[in-house]
Amino acid sequence: MICINGEKFEKDEIVLLDYLETNRINPKRIAIEMNGEILPKSQFNEVVFKSGDIVEIVNFVGGG
Amino acid sequence: MENDKLIIGGHEFNSRFILGSGKYSLDLIKAAVENAGAEIITLALRRAATGNVANILDYIPKNVTLLPNTSGARNADEAVRIARLAREVGCGNFIKIEVIKDSKYLLPDNYETIKATEILAKEGFVVMPYMYPDLNVARSLRDAGAASIMPLGAPIGSNKGICTKEFIRILIDEIDLPIIVDAGIGRPSQACEAMEIGAAAVMANTAIATAGNIPQMAEAFKKGIEAGRQAYLSGLGRVIEKGASASSPLTGFLEN
Repeated sequence: MICINGEKFEKDEIVLLDYLETNRINPKRIAIEMNGEILPKSQFNEVVFKSGDIVEIVNFVGGG
Repeated sequence: MENDKLIIGGHEFNSRFILGSGKYSLDLIKAAVENAGAEIITLALRRAATGNVANILDYIPKNVTLLPNTSGARNADEAVRIARLAREVGCGNFIKIEVIKDSKYLLPDNYETIKATEILAKEGFVVMPYMYPDLNVARSLRDAGAASIMPLGAPIGSNKGICTKEFIRILIDEIDLPIIVDAGIGRPSQACEAMEIGAAAVMANTAIATAGNIPQMAEAFKKGIEAGRQAYLSGLGRVIEKGASASSPLTGFLEN
């Protein structure tokens, strides 16, 4: 199971770029944390999430 | 006034109005920024929505400095985590630290804020901590490497004005960093009041977001802040304890 932004996926692998494309998330506008560590943008095109990974994908929203 | 720059972490700004971007439509952000003349805008970091939703970065004019906040953080560790992620998005190294445990009054946790400030300043962030106005805490924040201090005027979103005025005045007198009044400022006159006592800048969000006409209110705040700044630089006229002091010369001839 892979957990991305609190959503659980019953899969062994998810390719990051596939996930972003499927969900129409612009890679230039986000930051990613994988298992508590920041994932550098330079690694976006090679990362494959594995079972057990906990991923947070965040971006900016309005705030004070 | 022309050379009157606001300097934060070595960066120069002409505007002393920091605008929040929460609680209003993305379509209005550009007009609000322009009418406010704002050069710094705050943002929050949240999980990315799926489905090609509009991104706030596409609505903010390019010359505006982004000031992400750590809202949602309940302790220093969470604030640090949010700050690092915010920097990773790739829009600079400014961070407004906001550590809040209490969801009823949304008051900042000064102790955790100092801890987060120390860590993030060492990592090269321009750290702007939101805090409850306490002189000892402000000194600790300064010593921890804060680039400015952001004391609250009143609880977040309350629009009540500078309820903490006398304590903010102490910070202005004692701390050699820009003191930016953040939270609670509800009216242009209150923003003006903050500037008159020597605040370096004012941050406002809810006052604008809940106004009837958002861009117009942004402009009204801009004018209030500019008026207050000019009054501060001019030096306010004195107050007399008792009686009056004639403004016109005494006539001299009517009695004779």
